[in-house]
Amino acid sequence: MNRMDGTLRALAERFTGLLGADAVITDPVRLRTYECDGLTAHRAVPGLVVLPGTAEQIAEIVRACAAAGVPYVARGSGTGLSGGALPRTDGVLIVTSRMRRILEIDIPNQRAVVEPGVINLDVTRAVRPHGYYFAPDPSSQQICSVGGNVAENSGGAHCLKYGFTAHHVLACEVVTPDGEIVTLRAGDPGYDLLGAFVGAEGTLGIATKITVRLTRLPETVRTLLAAFDTIEAGGAAVSAIIAAGVVPAAIEMMDALSIEAAEAAVGCGYPPGAGAVLIVELDGPAAEVEHQFAEVERLCREAGAFEIRIAADDAERALIWKGRKSAFAAVGRISPAYIVQDGVIPRTALPEVLARIDELSAETGVRVANVFHAGDGNLHPLVLFDDAVPGAAERAEEVSGAILDLCIEHGGSITGEHGVGVDKARYMPRMFTETDLDTMQMVRCGFDPAGLCNPGKVFPTPRLCGEVPGVRKGVHPLVAQGKAEQF
Amino acid sequence: MQPVDALAKVCADVRPGEPEEGVLGVVPRWVAAPSDVSEAAEVMRVAAEHGLAVVPRGGETRLDWGLPPRRCDLLVDTARLDRVVEHAAGDLVVTVQAGLPMRRLAEAVAERGQRLSLDVPLAGSTVGGTIATGAAGPLRLLYGTPRDLIIGVTIVRADGRVARSGGKVVKNVAGYDLGRLLCGSYGTLGLIVEATFRLHPLPAACAYVTAPAGDDAEGASEAVQAVLHSSVVPSALQCWTSPGRGIALGVLLEGVPDGVAARASHVAGLLGDKATFSEEPPEGWGAYPDGTTLIDVSAPPASLRDLLGALPAEAACTWSAAGRGYVGLPPEMTAEDVARALEKLRGALAPHHGGAVVCYAPEEVREAVDLWGPVPALSLMRRVKDQFDPDHRLSPGRFVGGI
Repeated sequence: MNRMDGTLRALAERFTGLLGADAVITDPVRLRTYECDGLTAHRAVPGLVVLPGTAEQIAEIVRACAAAGVPYVARGSGTGLSGGALPRTDGVLIVTSRMRRILEIDIPNQRAVVEPGVINLDVTRAVRPHGYYFAPDPSSQQICSVGGNVAENSGGAHCLKYGFTAHHVLACEVVTPDGEIVTLRAGDPGYDLLGAFVGAEGTLGIATKITVRLTRLPETVRTLLAAFDTIEAGGAAVSAIIAAGVVPAAIEMMDALSIEAAEAAVGCGYPPGAGAVLIVELDGPAAEVEHQFAEVERLCREAGAFEIRIAADDAERALIWKGRKSAFAAVGRISPAYIVQDGVIPRTALPEVLARIDELSAETGVRVANVFHAGDGNLHPLVLFDDAVPGAAERAEEVSGAILDLCIEHGGSITGEHGVGVDKARYMPRMFTETDLDTMQMVRCGFDPAGLCNPGKVFPTPRLCGEVPGVRKGVHPLVAQGKAEQF
Repeated sequence: MQPVDALAKVCADVRPGEPEEGVLGVVPRWVAAPSDVSEAAEVMRVAAEHGLAVVPRGGETRLDWGLPPRRCDLLVDTARLDRVVEHAAGDLVVTVQAGLPMRRLAEAVAERGQRLSLDVPLAGSTVGGTIATGAAGPLRLLYGTPRDLIIGVTIVRADGRVARSGGKVVKNVAGYDLGRLLCGSYGTLGLIVEATFRLHPLPAACAYVTAPAGDDAEGASEAVQAVLHSSVVPSALQCWTSPGRGIALGVLLEGVPDGVAARASHVAGLLGDKATFSEEPPEGWGAYPDGTTLIDVSAPPASLRDLLGALPAEAACTWSAAGRGYVGLPPEMTAEDVARALEKLRGALAPHHGGAVVCYAPEEVREAVDLWGPVPALSLMRRVKDQFDPDHRLSPGRFVGGI
């Protein structure tokens, strides 16, 4: 038994007194349930799991961790795709699944106040009778939590028009790494700490109460599916639509391989022989949408669409979306294993980058299926491999990394919506300079100088915060060990 | 070496500050106008070496906002950092330098049928100043404020190093978003030198629907609610009032001609039989209200009635249904009058989680009131400030809590 085990045992005892025995998990078998989030490639059995029910309890837990120097990680539904909620074996996992109350629905102010464990789609379900919805719609919206959305600044297919979680969060009550409860509110005087907090991947504190903006349900929604011979033709249609001044609610594209997978999995019945399909959805006031929809249809035809299907009702719309929404899982039908990549490029670079991905695939023999939010250049290449073949996973990983390099080379980003987490921290230096990363970590140091709040995420190298000026002698031990850099 | 000589070595445009260049009366010892980002970085590095307090200056439209700096050794004028770095029209993205006036940015992107959806009230203001003050106009209802449209930012830090966050793609969650943090930071975290924004297509048509509401705050509030809960998706929904002229409402609709016409007539129905249409903005649309004291109020839609009820009779006010407004108070009001009015506003808005912040005011008013009101997360803000600017040399004392 080392010291850490003793510390965790003491914390478990303390938390049992605070939360009750049913809210503290120490049993190794049950702890294993929490060893990973939606990205199963990274696993770590948490030292201890707690299931608090209130902000005050979380504050107490955080204070106890801070006093003991024990790291902690917050987790919502565990659907993240970058290992942002990967636990620490030497730490506490704070799970918000018991904080699922919608506290207030305030239609006159177009907002709702929810606890962090509330499921994304449940917000929409609760406010739809009033004619409203919660706009961020990550594909996991049936199970992901609003707290997780805040941490990851989640997007979704419709963020092209409606923006990300950051645009739909008006306030967060936060337990800071000091264990204080503060409310960060857009519009309050002072720094926009809310703006920094949303999307910080849980490294600046834990959201315990979230005020979200509600969006009026659109009067009309129109959806079409257009099939093209080639991905280039589909890309040209996207460019033409954007150039015409149309801002669709969503534009999604799938290539032949991902269509094949979706067909095998859900029989979505997309036009046979398509090299690419495009899903375009417009929403808004009827008079606007009808006009622009006709234009989108025309532009698709001009770009060479050989078939266009228009959804006549919600059922047909669901059918059009079915293939796209099942694409990730469907790839399992045509490949034993795969990596879901998430990169972004300027939309105009789409044809070139896709051609380069094709070349990469041909050179390495690794198949890549492409599914993307074409409107904002967010690619989700699915890199296929057979995990029974020795070395295949490594080759797939290499191709996946090379795709990120392509994104960076074209002025894009290593992640559009899945986050950096543990998975991509090592890629951050390819996109940002040492000074860029150091500057971001100054915010981290302001919030969490001890570095206990979800450590090891986002940044490849922790920054020493130097919160004890004048007393440091010689080289910091972490620097000496090569684990940290000092600025 | 004297600071001025060291500055002159790295920047061609360095000169002594003139008395009229004072920032709320605090005259800078020197003014430097770097011509590119690396020169700006050198200037900031020299300032760090010599322990100079630095205040950035853009278009001088909001230089009198906030409190006077405790010190101002060096004014960094961004006037020569005025290039459009890249307008990627196909990607609806523009990268510009901080000293570019918003008006010129608008002209540049309009050539390709696009706009930055920030109708800042003072078009002479620069990109950097707009970010630093978080300024926005009526379009904030649909498009938000600078924090919602900025997708990348480059700053020169207090130590002279150049740091960037975000990028030039709209969808990007790599790393912390310093762009949002810098919005409304009043030059206290770093010198903003470059920014990238997402753009929107210029609408093909627009219509303003306006209607008087007399002195009926309740009726105005109900009309605002009716428009908000309709599905016309207004780009802006404004309410304004000035002494002796009653309350008025205005709705901006943008889109395709047929759509705008249909939506405008729907809105007119909601605003009552006195509604009128125009393609041009009504007089004073989006402008700050007249007065020598300007108060920025955070007031969510349902607080409109209470906001109007808390205004002194002498006040002018313009408010967006995005939940933000401005109150102008005339020079005749004494410091005590202003203090009382401010207290009343804060009292009326507090139950709505709103507040009132004085943007600018005559010196005697500034000295008599607390400009900011309650700042809930102040200790956290101080700690962030200490990280970015440990020596407190960047616009010292200009911001909340003496930051």
